[in-house]
Amino acid sequence: MPATTVEREILIEAAPEVVWSVITEPEQISQWFSDDADIEGRPGADGSLTWKPGGRGGEKDVDLVVPIRVVDAEPFRRFSFRWNHPDGASPDESNSALVEFSLIEEAGGTRLKVVESGIDLVTDGETSRARYIEEHGHGWGKHFGELRDYVASKPGGATH
Amino acid sequence: MPTAVAEDDALWAAVADPTRRRVLDALLEHGEATTTTLAEGLPVTRQAVAKHLVVLDRVGLVAGRRSGREVRYAIRPERLDDASEAMARVAAQWDRRLARIKRLAESVQAKADSEHPTRRTQ
Repeated sequence: MPATTVEREILIEAAPEVVWSVITEPEQISQWFSDDADIEGRPGADGSLTWKPGGRGGEKDVDLVVPIRVVDAEPFRRFSFRWNHPDGASPDESNSALVEFSLIEEAGGTRLKVVESGIDLVTDGETSRARYIEEHGHGWGKHFGELRDYVASKPGGATH
Repeated sequence: MPTAVAEDDALWAAVADPTRRRVLDALLEHGEATTTTLAEGLPVTRQAVAKHLVVLDRVGLVAGRRSGREVRYAIRPERLDDASEAMARVAAQWDRRLARIKRLAESVQAKADSEHPTRRTQ
C-alpha cells in the first residue's frame, strides 16, 4: 500500500534561530508556503493559510483558505501543526494531516526535517485541490520568480 | 483540469478507510481472491468486504473476474501506482517548500552575518 507518511530533509546554511523564524513567522510563511498566513507560532494557536487568485494558487475565482492549528512549538527545535481539517472542526488524527518540523544544529548550519503523516485521511475536496493547484498552478517558475524578487528586495539580501 | 482533481479525491477517499487498506493488503498477498476468502482473513463480515470491494472497484484499484459462480478480485497495479504517485507528489511539494525555506533562511543569515560578522560562531 502507498505510504501514509512523507519524510524529507534539507541542510540549511543558517542558524536554527533563523530557520525557526522562517518556518514560524506569518510574514515568512507567506514567502514559502501559502500566499497569506494567519498563524502564531505557539501551541494551540488556530489560524489559516490562504492561496489567492493570481498568487501561488493560480487561476481561481475565490481565495482558497485551509485551516491550520499549531500543535507543538519548542523554539529552535520543534514545530508542528495540523492542517486540512474541516473548517470549524477541531483537528485530530481522524480528520487532518500532521506536519512536524525538527531543527538539528550541525556544523555549518541546521538540518531541517519535515514529516507529514495522516495524508491518506485527508479526503475533502479542498485538500486535493490545494495540492493540485500548488503542483500545477503556475508552476515552479513563478514561485522561483517571486522568491528571487523577495530576496533581492531585502536590504543587503544575498542573491546567491 | 477538474476531472483529475475529482479522480484524486475519490482515490484518496478509497484508501482512507483502514479496512479497505487491509483488503488491498490481503489482495496483494493472495494475488487473486473471492469475497469469501477475503472475509475469512479479516475481522469483518462477507457483506462488509463486498461493499468495500465495490468502492475499490469504482476507483479502479481492483477488478473482478467472474469464475463460475464466484467473482475473483485482483489488484490493478497501474491504479495502485497512481496512489503511490500521489504520495510522491506530496513529497515533491515538501522538497520545493524546503528549498524555499533554505533560500529564505540563508539570505536572512547572510544579511545578519554581514551586519554582525563576529556574532556567528561555527
